Amino acid sequence: MVTIQFLPYTEIETLSAVGRIRKLLNIAKENKIVLLQGRLRKEEETELIKATMEEINKEFKGIELAVIHPSLSHLTGLQKFKNDLFSAVLGDRQGLTIIGPASVVKAIKKDPNKIELLTSEKRKKRR
Amino acid sequence: MVVVFSYVKRIFNQFFKDAFGNRKDLKLGLYGPPNSGKTTLANKICIDWVGEELGTVSPLAHETREIQIKEQVTIKSKNGKELMFNLVDTPGIATKIDYEDFLKAGLSESKAKKRAREATRGVIESIKWLDEMDAVLVVLDATQDPYSQVNVTIIGNLQAREIPVLIVANKVDLKRASMKKIQAAFPQYDVIGVSAKYGKNVKELYEQVFKLVR
Repeated sequence: MVTIQFLPYTEIETLSAVGRIRKLLNIAKENKIVLLQGRLRKEEETELIKATMEEINKEFKGIELAVIHPSLSHLTGLQKFKNDLFSAVLGDRQGLTIIGPASVVKAIKKDPNKIELLTSEKRKKRR
Repeated sequence: MVVVFSYVKRIFNQFFKDAFGNRKDLKLGLYGPPNSGKTTLANKICIDWVGEELGTVSPLAHETREIQIKEQVTIKSKNGKELMFNLVDTPGIATKIDYEDFLKAGLSESKAKKRAREATRGVIESIKWLDEMDAVLVVLDATQDPYSQVNVTIIGNLQAREIPVLIVANKVDLKRASMKKIQAAFPQYDVIGVSAKYGKNVKELYEQVFKLVR
């Protein structure tokens, strides 16, 4: 069975960068797939990878990570400026971030508008 | 905070570059996912201009697990210009490392665990070194899906730090290679297709490096 936990942006909004990463990693380490509303800041994404590497052990093999973000290419200059400003101040709530433990999520295939999640199948033990 | 620090550092470096001409400690980094051919490309560059290889290559992922630097590599452009830089080959960045993959590839349990442990440290080192770079070649395997989040995260971080980026689509000698996919995934960046293994289009890459760091 695969458990998916939805995390609204409000749940990480007030946390520090370390706090956000900790929260996301802790859920992934419980073998749950996290669906986060919005996305982390770019530098937080690399910090998440660093923190993941620090925690890898026999049980925890790492994560699969994917972000779907709406294209902003249709926005005019002023709209893009406003959007960037809101994102910088309030955080980027657009799009969706998917974080799954590598032991559950085998791969995430992404093209710009579609995501396929390939989960690992546990073989049934024969009696 | 990291981005602000990086920005200040960049202005500081630019000031000294303008004041004293070309800096001699210019760092050109090779970044990318594991097995994209970073060390093969580093070796090609080093053999062409220094006469010796930088590191060992292997079909098994995470062969490069420590930062490797070749200092004072001087390349020449077609019109005779020279550019000197320190070439920094970095371990491949990944979000997961499973020692059992190395077991399946034939390593003993102790060697597989050691390789996995070292590989995790390598990823951390690669990320720490991002701030040190003056320009980066992001080396991608042109036969693989370019939309992997690792690629997006590396390039996004370099962009946030205002570090010039050139995307190198490696392994274009292989049938499954697709330059178009990589160009479609990163339309705002210059992409050059090469085969580091066979030296295909590497001379054009050198010309692009001049444009990247000017």
